[in-house]
Amino acid sequence: MTISDVTPPRAGAEKERAGAPGPAARAPRRRVMGAGKQLHAGPLTYTVLVLFALVSLAPLVWTAIAASRTNTRLAQTPPPFWFGGNLFKNLETAWDQAGLGTAMLNSIFVSSMITVGTVLFSTLAGFAFAKLRFRFSTTLLLLTIGTMMVPPQLAVVPLYLWMTDLGWANHLQTVILPTLVSAFGTFFMRQYLVQALPSELIEAARVDGASSLRVVWHVVFPAARPAMAVLGLLTFVMAWNDFLWPIIALNSENPTVQVALNQLGTGYIPDDSVIMAGALLGTLPLLLAFLLFGKQIVGGIMQGAIKG
Amino acid sequence: MNGSDQALARSASSADAAPGDQPGAARDAHGRGTAPRKNGGTSAWRRRLYRWDMKASPYAFIAPFFIVFGAFSLVPLLYTAWYSLHHVQLSALDQQTWAGLDNYRNLFSSEFFWNALKNTFTIGLLSTVPQLAAALWLAHMLNYRLRGSTVWRVVMLTPYATSAAAATLVFVLLFAPESGMVNWALDLVGLDPVNWRESGWGSQAAVSSIVVWRWTGYNALIYLAAMQAIPTDLYESAALDGAGRWQQFRHVTIPMLRPTILFTVVVSTIGATQLFAEPLLFGGVSGTKGGSEHQYQTLGLYMYDQGWMVGNLGKASAIAWSMFLILLVVAALNLLISRRLKRSSR
Repeated sequence: MTISDVTPPRAGAEKERAGAPGPAARAPRRRVMGAGKQLHAGPLTYTVLVLFALVSLAPLVWTAIAASRTNTRLAQTPPPFWFGGNLFKNLETAWDQAGLGTAMLNSIFVSSMITVGTVLFSTLAGFAFAKLRFRFSTTLLLLTIGTMMVPPQLAVVPLYLWMTDLGWANHLQTVILPTLVSAFGTFFMRQYLVQALPSELIEAARVDGASSLRVVWHVVFPAARPAMAVLGLLTFVMAWNDFLWPIIALNSENPTVQVALNQLGTGYIPDDSVIMAGALLGTLPLLLAFLLFGKQIVGGIMQGAIKG
Repeated sequence: MNGSDQALARSASSADAAPGDQPGAARDAHGRGTAPRKNGGTSAWRRRLYRWDMKASPYAFIAPFFIVFGAFSLVPLLYTAWYSLHHVQLSALDQQTWAGLDNYRNLFSSEFFWNALKNTFTIGLLSTVPQLAAALWLAHMLNYRLRGSTVWRVVMLTPYATSAAAATLVFVLLFAPESGMVNWALDLVGLDPVNWRESGWGSQAAVSSIVVWRWTGYNALIYLAAMQAIPTDLYESAALDGAGRWQQFRHVTIPMLRPTILFTVVVSTIGATQLFAEPLLFGGVSGTKGGSEHQYQTLGLYMYDQGWMVGNLGKASAIAWSMFLILLVVAALNLLISRRLKRSSR
């Protein structure tokens, strides 16, 4: 998983198209399709794609440009189209004065904990739903999927009251705990393990008297690793960008990046170039992840990720 | 839980419980697993433990999800209903008195509630429809045999990696009435500048554009995955019948994609109903009000404003439940329409 993965040689692309890691049920169909149908893209298609790509990337690039300028320059027309010399000064201001340093550390901690929890619990539950027989398993699985319909707004008032009661307001565990599991993650791991984990392997371990945890550690985790990586990346992105609950649960003393950005954006004396430096900082870790694992994230979403 | 705890203790005490998650590890477990059976003395106890483990562990594995979801989503959901029937003020959290339907009556007679509902609907429409249409178009192009296909996909997905907060801060500047890039570009092509902050439709369009920007690539990938699962023969026979590219797209791709499209419509609708971060930050200082004239105050913003700015948590609870009910109605409508569509296509 390096940068070279983002731009694979053609052979690699073909393999991916054949549905290598995807659920096996879909694989044969995909292979048939990969053989014939795809028409080559014409120049017009490339032109439109370049336009789409520009629209996708331009705001991000411009964030960096604006972050490297001064506030007065940003207020003039036409807006700057190339980098100035103020980037590091603005980043420093955002880091120190807007408290983005603490916020970054908090966000890294919170997102990592949520990612570890979600991946671990989703793999365990996904394995149970995919391979173990127990009463009510179908009902419970449907229930799990059904919980995706419950909007987060519906929980925030009582959660806020309870967390205040506990004296947990402004503590990071307040943000971590409610997000530690994921219905989507559970379903995602289940779909993957149904295909990727041969039942014979579990049975063989069982016959030898392996306990459930031993089976999980030595059979399930190795088989689930690719899907765990993808789920981990998706969860990290989602946790990093979470907004509503952190903004209610945390304040300026102990913010995550999103909370700090909100304070930066609603400040009464805004310095736009510093705000842009903040926006850049707040997105940088995810952009780096994209540079490194873009292909995996794309593959994960194409396997059916659902908007958080 | 207890059974697996004991099992954990047992596997931890086994001589070489080194974490082995290499491909060969499964075979290792195989070999090591036979060891306990040989020291027969406690075998009856072991067998019982083993049976217990088999029975209990599935529940232990799914327990974390249900415990956390129950504690932090399900129980609060019910409590939100309870609080919505009480007077709960942020300034006096211990004094909660029964209010009956006061909060709801208060809500339904407030013009700001209806204004927020209307805004949620129009911004939802303005963001969902272009988003999904563009995603479909984009997916169609990504489905061609392309040079560097993975690079295109990653590039189109980068906005997804930007948080709503960061994206909005950038768009605020791009849409600035005086010095913003958008008005500057409009001026270049000879159009009048738009007041993207104050005007009703202008500000709603600006807020929607942030959502469209962030989610189009994401939805395109979902469509792309579905397109790649369409069997080739369908296109071949369509081509034999003389269908051109556009006709193939219209008569093969779109019908085959209908379930996926429906799925994205539902998910985007849910997302639009909960729209919060974008209008909040777009408004800057007047964020929770959704602009000086409440012109882009959504239901999500209205809840936050009433609960944490005004400090009326009972009313905020009532707003939350109203949102939920609206969502349920929307979901039911979706189901109804999709049934109708299915029947008429037969």
